[in-house]
Amino acid sequence: MKLSALQQSYLNRRSNSFRGSAQLDSAADGSVKSPAAVFWLVLHGVCCLISLVLGFRFSRLVFFFIFSTSATNLYTAPFRGAAEIASHLDVRVPGNMTAVVASSTSRVVVGRHGIRIRPWPHPDPVEVMKAHQILERVQREQRALFGVKNPRTVIAVTPTYARTFQKLHLTGVMHSLMLVPYDLVWIVVEAGGVTNETASIIAKSGLRTIHVGFRQTMPNSWEGRHKLESRMRLHALGIVREQKLDGVVMFADDSNMHSMELFDEIQNVKWIGAVSVGILLHSTDSSATIQREGEEESTPMPVQGPACNATNKLVGWHTFNSLRYAGRSAVYIDDRAPVLPRKLEWSGFVLNSRLVWKDVDDKPEWVKDLDELDGAGEEVESPLSLLKTTSMVEPLGNCGRQVLLWWLRVEARSDSKFPAQWIIDPPLDITVPSKRTPWPDAPPELPSNEKMSDGAQTQDQQINKHSTKTKTPRTRRSRTKRRHDTKVIGVQASTLSVSEQQN
Amino acid sequence: MGPLKWALLGVLLSASLFAIDSVELRRNQPTERISGSAGDVLEDDPVGRLKVFVYELPSKYNKKILQKDPRCLNHMFAAEIFMHRFLLSSPVRTLNPEEADWFYTPVYTTCDLTPNGLPLPFKSPRMMRSAIQLISANWPYWNRTEGADHFFVVPHDFGACFHYQEEKAIERGILPLLQRATLVQTFGQRNHVCLKEGSITIPPYAPPQKMHTHLIPDKTPRSIFVYFRGLFYDVGNDPEGGYYARGARAAVWENFKDNPLFDISTEHPTTYYEDMQRAVFCLCPLGWAPWSPRLVEAVIFGCIPVIIADDIVLPFADAIPWEEIGVFVDEEDVPKLDTILTSIPPEVILRKQRLLANPSMKQAMLFPQPAQPGDAFHQVLNGLARKLPHDKNAFLKPGEKVLNWTAGPVGDLKPW
Repeated sequence: MKLSALQQSYLNRRSNSFRGSAQLDSAADGSVKSPAAVFWLVLHGVCCLISLVLGFRFSRLVFFFIFSTSATNLYTAPFRGAAEIASHLDVRVPGNMTAVVASSTSRVVVGRHGIRIRPWPHPDPVEVMKAHQILERVQREQRALFGVKNPRTVIAVTPTYARTFQKLHLTGVMHSLMLVPYDLVWIVVEAGGVTNETASIIAKSGLRTIHVGFRQTMPNSWEGRHKLESRMRLHALGIVREQKLDGVVMFADDSNMHSMELFDEIQNVKWIGAVSVGILLHSTDSSATIQREGEEESTPMPVQGPACNATNKLVGWHTFNSLRYAGRSAVYIDDRAPVLPRKLEWSGFVLNSRLVWKDVDDKPEWVKDLDELDGAGEEVESPLSLLKTTSMVEPLGNCGRQVLLWWLRVEARSDSKFPAQWIIDPPLDITVPSKRTPWPDAPPELPSNEKMSDGAQTQDQQINKHSTKTKTPRTRRSRTKRRHDTKVIGVQASTLSVSEQQN
Repeated sequence: MGPLKWALLGVLLSASLFAIDSVELRRNQPTERISGSAGDVLEDDPVGRLKVFVYELPSKYNKKILQKDPRCLNHMFAAEIFMHRFLLSSPVRTLNPEEADWFYTPVYTTCDLTPNGLPLPFKSPRMMRSAIQLISANWPYWNRTEGADHFFVVPHDFGACFHYQEEKAIERGILPLLQRATLVQTFGQRNHVCLKEGSITIPPYAPPQKMHTHLIPDKTPRSIFVYFRGLFYDVGNDPEGGYYARGARAAVWENFKDNPLFDISTEHPTTYYEDMQRAVFCLCPLGWAPWSPRLVEAVIFGCIPVIIADDIVLPFADAIPWEEIGVFVDEEDVPKLDTILTSIPPEVILRKQRLLANPSMKQAMLFPQPAQPGDAFHQVLNGLARKLPHDKNAFLKPGEKVLNWTAGPVGDLKPW
């Protein structure tokens, strides 16, 4: 009976609010008369009060200690004890007999069950690896079914030259190309001849690369640089022609940023395609921003690319309007002014490599031969010069509505130096602590002379720990800060001499 | 490992029964059709194979109830209403009851809703009883067979047991007057009082338009391994766990809550349907009742259903080979769920995905408005057609009475 009262309390707690407590009423009615029932009710009330005080229902623990016989894992035992209670209850209470009989031939038993928890309920690394392999296989199947059928080789053409920011830019392009899921050939054309600098960067890619040098060095003006880059790209197209490389040619300038969807989209090109390029104008000139705020509203990022009408046919081009920046644009590579792109950048175009092959039968008649461009005196501004008519260009990326890559030109000062191949060799042996530590809560000023002796010991330790970090900020400081440097060195020399005197 | 080996043997045996051929590309994905004794059945056309007579009940049994609470059209029990509407305009309907093979009684027993939207089953037995009294008084067809050629749609939690709590439902049992009728219900569990021999199990209603507006492109890679959104502990009714879902959902949570492969939580994200399309496995554990709309959603979105419900009977089990499509996990094996799922060979997983991509499979789970060939309405009619012709003891001799009209709890006998 004690068990039945408790079981009824379980059921009552389970019932919905509108259901009412009809059962409890009937139990109460029946138990008013007999003292035993009153005793059990009182006991039940006392147990409830104790549970309130303790904060949990301790009846389960009581049952566990009374009924369980085997020594089991304490973590899972209370739950298993509950399952035992359920089976005990189901057997003893006659009200539930029908339930047991009805489900005796199935595994399912109505009542409270235990919550099964394994001894170490945490991820198993072997299983995680297997799951990732399954995911990889499923995704590969999805790509095979819904992705690009018969993917073609991507031929990426990158003109570059050795300078401070080359490693930054080229590493970005290299990582993007390494992620491309198709076969790739990377043609790197270097102005000023092949250098170890560039070779060491692209060797880490693991891609098939063709690294050629171009006889001329890169000029210091943007105008000259654009012209030379066009000629370098034409030279790369010549390589495609003589090696009969088959695939889709795209122009990956080393400072541009490419999205992965670009490489999926260019697989759809038939002969020549155009994508929308977002132009990122880097301007450090504050006067330019103030002037821009004076205009009606902030202008969105300019986008170069194909322009389509409502029926997704190419009707024109979105080009860059350089008139707004007339007179304020950068002329030399290290000018602090916005660098302007050309009207239509090379990177916004993709070609089928067969367009530049010679003696190919199925080349369309609206394309010129590559040799005709080589001898041309003026600059070849964009691959459109290869075509007799621009109407056959295919707009890609949902007819130019998707911006798939971004154009950016950022360069360091032309006289900036950087360690060759970014290796500091020989290692630094002169170490001088800087006056201001990089940590904001460290005291910036050195204490006065009488405290220098204790300060010197800690500074010795600092010197030993942070020896490698002090040298490189030094080389970056420009001319204006040199006075400060000499003062600091002077102070430090005096502390060193003080410590030497102490010792 | 014992039950798992038997499950594998069962799969192999059923594979020998069904010959698989991969057929034409639809929507650019090669799908597989299961031909053989079961698979073809999905595409059967019931028109011409049976005739259904729809009783004209007073509108207090159907239309007035719906007018009082139109929410009944959107919840997961809406199949009873849409079945009625489908039959009214279907070619299998006949206005001549003498030539009918099956008789349908349109009574909406699951439309008495709380303010929260949950159906109250307390008046349903009386409503059903009152409807049966009406049809037995006004038409001779009920008394002719005592309901053996009648079918009723009872989509509530435990079918015709008319209660949401399992113990109470088992105590009540199936309404005695429906003892000989065919029940079309969502509940299905082997060796359970509330599943009658010969019942047709249907999927719960899931709104087709709502699901189709949330489709994402096929090439979106499936990057979630296991996905589940729902309750693990029913805090209002069973805060410690152990009753709800027989402890299975709580076990899933306790074992896998910090496992990165299992994207499980109790949130209600707006991207629920999109997330299912990005998952490889979708858990379909039991709740208070073994069935749930998750199975329908998983099939529509191409996510392999992982069914954790012992002895469950899935919709249209005689037409759809669920062992080929889904993964069945015993409730006692839930702590080993990650091992079970990662040990499935990738070829088997890809095959299950191809079977799920079959449009006739998806169509069979839905109740579209208006009805389309191969949908759940037609599968119900196919199931009814497969039970024809009625056997000899369906038709009673004159004067013979089998049903006890006064059986059942006293409260049921009050008029509605």
